[in-house]
Amino acid sequence: MFDSGILFPSLINGLTTGAVYALIALGLTLIYGVLHIINFAHGAALMVALYAVYLLKERFGIDPYLALPLVVPGMFVLGYALQRLIINRASHGKDENILLVTLGLSIVMENAALLFFKSDTRTIETAYTLTTVAIGPAMIALPKLVAFAGALLVSGLLLWIVGKTDLGRAIRAVAKEKHGAKLMGIDVDHVYAMSFGIGLACLGAAACFLLPAYYVNPQVGGGFVLVAFTVVVLGGMGSFVGALLGGLLIGVVESLGGLYLGESLGQIGIFAIFIAVLLFRPQGLFGAKA
Amino acid sequence: MSTRRHFMSQSAAAASAMAFPLVGGAQPRTIKVGVLHPVTGALAYSGQQCRVGALMAIEDINKAGGIKSMGGANIEALLGDAQSQPQAGAAEIEKMNEAGVSAVVGAFASAICLATTQAAAKYNLPHVVDVGVADQIMERGLKNTFRFGPGYRKCAEAAVANLHVLNMAAGKPARTVMIVHEESLFGTGTANLLARELPGYGYEVKEVIKHANPTRDFNNIVLRMKAVNPDIVIPANYYNEYALLVRTMQQQKISPKAIYSVLGGAASSYKFVKEFPDAANGIIDCNHWFNPKDKRSAELKKRVEAKGLFFSYEVFMTYTAMRLLADAIERAKSSDRAAIIDALEKSTFADHIMPYGATKFVNGQNTGAQPLMTQVVKNDIKVIIPREYRETDPVFPLRA
Amino acid sequence: MTSGGKELAGIFLFVALVAGIPLATDSGVILNFVMMALYAALLAQAWNILGGFGGQFSFGHALFFGTGAYIQAIAQLQGGLNAWLALFMAVAGSAGVGALVGALSFRYGLKGSYFALVTLAFAEVFRILALSVPFTGAGVGLMLPLHESFANMQFGSRKGYVYLVLAFVAAALLLTWWLKHSRFGAYLQAVRDNEDAARAIGVNPFGVKLGAIVLSGGLMGAGGAFYVQVFQYIDPGIAYGPGTSVEALVAAIVGGMGTLWGPVLGALVLHVLADLTRNLFGQLPGINMVIYGMVLVLIVMFLPRGIAGLGATAKSLWKKSGGRRG
Repeated sequence: MFDSGILFPSLINGLTTGAVYALIALGLTLIYGVLHIINFAHGAALMVALYAVYLLKERFGIDPYLALPLVVPGMFVLGYALQRLIINRASHGKDENILLVTLGLSIVMENAALLFFKSDTRTIETAYTLTTVAIGPAMIALPKLVAFAGALLVSGLLLWIVGKTDLGRAIRAVAKEKHGAKLMGIDVDHVYAMSFGIGLACLGAAACFLLPAYYVNPQVGGGFVLVAFTVVVLGGMGSFVGALLGGLLIGVVESLGGLYLGESLGQIGIFAIFIAVLLFRPQGLFGAKA
Repeated sequence: MSTRRHFMSQSAAAASAMAFPLVGGAQPRTIKVGVLHPVTGALAYSGQQCRVGALMAIEDINKAGGIKSMGGANIEALLGDAQSQPQAGAAEIEKMNEAGVSAVVGAFASAICLATTQAAAKYNLPHVVDVGVADQIMERGLKNTFRFGPGYRKCAEAAVANLHVLNMAAGKPARTVMIVHEESLFGTGTANLLARELPGYGYEVKEVIKHANPTRDFNNIVLRMKAVNPDIVIPANYYNEYALLVRTMQQQKISPKAIYSVLGGAASSYKFVKEFPDAANGIIDCNHWFNPKDKRSAELKKRVEAKGLFFSYEVFMTYTAMRLLADAIERAKSSDRAAIIDALEKSTFADHIMPYGATKFVNGQNTGAQPLMTQVVKNDIKVIIPREYRETDPVFPLRA
Repeated sequence: MTSGGKELAGIFLFVALVAGIPLATDSGVILNFVMMALYAALLAQAWNILGGFGGQFSFGHALFFGTGAYIQAIAQLQGGLNAWLALFMAVAGSAGVGALVGALSFRYGLKGSYFALVTLAFAEVFRILALSVPFTGAGVGLMLPLHESFANMQFGSRKGYVYLVLAFVAAALLLTWWLKHSRFGAYLQAVRDNEDAARAIGVNPFGVKLGAIVLSGGLMGAGGAFYVQVFQYIDPGIAYGPGTSVEALVAAIVGGMGTLWGPVLGALVLHVLADLTRNLFGQLPGINMVIYGMVLVLIVMFLPRGIAGLGATAKSLWKKSGGRRG
């Protein structure tokens, strides 16, 4: 029904879109893997990061890619503080309370954005917004290619942090057995806050890669939350490689689903996979059997 | 901070009303009117633009001496937030009713208008619908409900008829059409009407693509556009998706003979034209638009822009809806709800900036209401059809 | 009187008191407030049966709400059925969807976050389907014609709706009371607290959880049917969007999960809070919701057991400070 002239570009396009999903999901999967909480404020935090990138560009003329060294640490600090000062204190260690706290935080963030930035959709114009690169018959927007490379880089970096550093060893210890980790002298609250901070730092990177080809308004995060959850589940909760592959796969499924089922109904492919994985392979497509 | 300034002027009005207690039998000093819009939630942008329009109209009316038939009584706004939800809109109507409003202007979105008009009907409270394009709002036989602007049936019919006029005049270069629409009430309703009307004029609708809100990526849709290669692309969607769609088309170097948007597009959005001048160039819209020959519309535009806002259709639609209501109160000579409904039914309001002529309501719908065709020409928006409002000749097709 | 008897008396007193409100006032604001608070209570009660008593956290209760709403509308519009008959179908239909989702997810042993996410995904699937199939009116939605009469379950005044939703809330209270005092309820709470231990004493966790999701889904469906009768319009976003799911679980958790009065208290407090912030700060869009969100966090921070657990929280705080002093 469609010739390869469409199929191939659609596939490539799905991969590049999926890379952004992967970036957002990386942060979510780290937070889930360590803290075992579902962070409902993830979308709102992405929105905050996007506004930061927007402001840096509009007020100070800083290119979104050059804003990375500012936005990433900024989001890390925000995440560390949120976990240490609010989420940890308010949750009393109960899952349902963490859920409500992150929900409350997302309500606060979204409406604070509405208050300060008004509800306008904002976009930025860069020299490369409309630049495309030919990959075979596919014309791919340059910002999407950069995002693709960025996602690979960030997940490599995360794997290195968790696998090779002292912080990573502590994170893995806490993720596995927090009481044991505590006995070994690990400051669990600090590790929690570091993980949350790194999770939000990933969003900072995602925002820098996303904004040149997208937009920001107070509700923008909502559109990414469900997809990010799907990616996390698909990859296996807590798995970075899984999140990366899951993100790419979801991007492709969405793209091809849209092509064959129609853009609106095509979204169903994502959730069908989501449900099937939850039911039949809850450890994720790429996770080891628990 | 126009809202805060307004809040203070409102308090001042309330204070003066208290300072000069009403003498028995005298006319009331103020007439309360509900201004109800979704100023938070998903529709916040449009809702806030509507509110600005309504408040500017009230400011103008009061400055010009208020309601003269009632001894210069001022109009006082009671602001409501429908929170982008029908049930919140209905709850605000209850509050406004008890606060003693004489009428309500609102509530932008069709789904919210369905709930608010019905809630207001219980109290025989006149409700002027400012935008709410779904025709179902007007088809329920509610006596209190009046819509000054056109519904989407009228808009879709005008869009098709005018497209045909354009095409015939240019020697019939366009034959095939692709419709891209958002999935909710407005986009789906409009697309259904277009897909039904177009074949009757000899156009082939090659494809109708529905997409979600938000759609994060439009490359797929544009790829299909490339494959189908339609002469005309008709989008019917909200600003965010519209911007992504048109930008992606630009990226992928797709340039059909025309991009012809129905109800919402670049050629009725100064915001879009300013932010994406290259992508906007040449786009044609069929949308709510003011009469460009009326000098007051340019003045109003200047004032809105002085506030740092865009002169969007929400602003002037609600502005005129409020003026229509004030005109009715003027002729009713009363803040009584039944009297205002009666005056609205008989309204011949003609002193406005919309291209509707003298107002004539049939079952609450203004029969003269019509959309205009506009086109983006040299970074500005110009009316091209109908002839009596034309500012510039249409450029059609954009490419041979 | 036994504690169960006292609770029953409390339920009857509550219903009698609320039933008196429409007799005492004609204020549309008060009646609308009571109606919406009761409606929110109903949703929270529905969620509480599965989430509070069953320990199964659903993030997608809109699934049952939307199904109830659509059945209520479609049965009248396309089936030509009476609204009251449609109500039975709506409750049965959403309970059936509950059975389906429950059978699938409990059969595969989903719990905790996994169960939460699967309900969320089912709600999304239904939302997309509702946007795509013709009998839901797709994106255009469905509109009930306006015919105010008792037979049509449409009332000219809010009073009729207050009584209707009060009847639902009363039924939910009695159902919750029954859960607290019946063998089924005891099994359900045993499964919530420790599934393996419950199985060891001969409880069938699958059957018990399935029963809970059916009851919960049915009640939620009644909430959806009520929504359609009041607002007479439904579209996929209203029906299956995440807003309703969140509303139901927040009120239940804030009020106190697994308690009789928690959901009612939570719904009431949140509605008062939302109304207060909107009336005090409504002039600047957004600020009221900022305050609402902050208060939500503070409630969780200082009332970890919900409002219904206020007494227990105060007691333990008292003990803590007393112990420190001593």
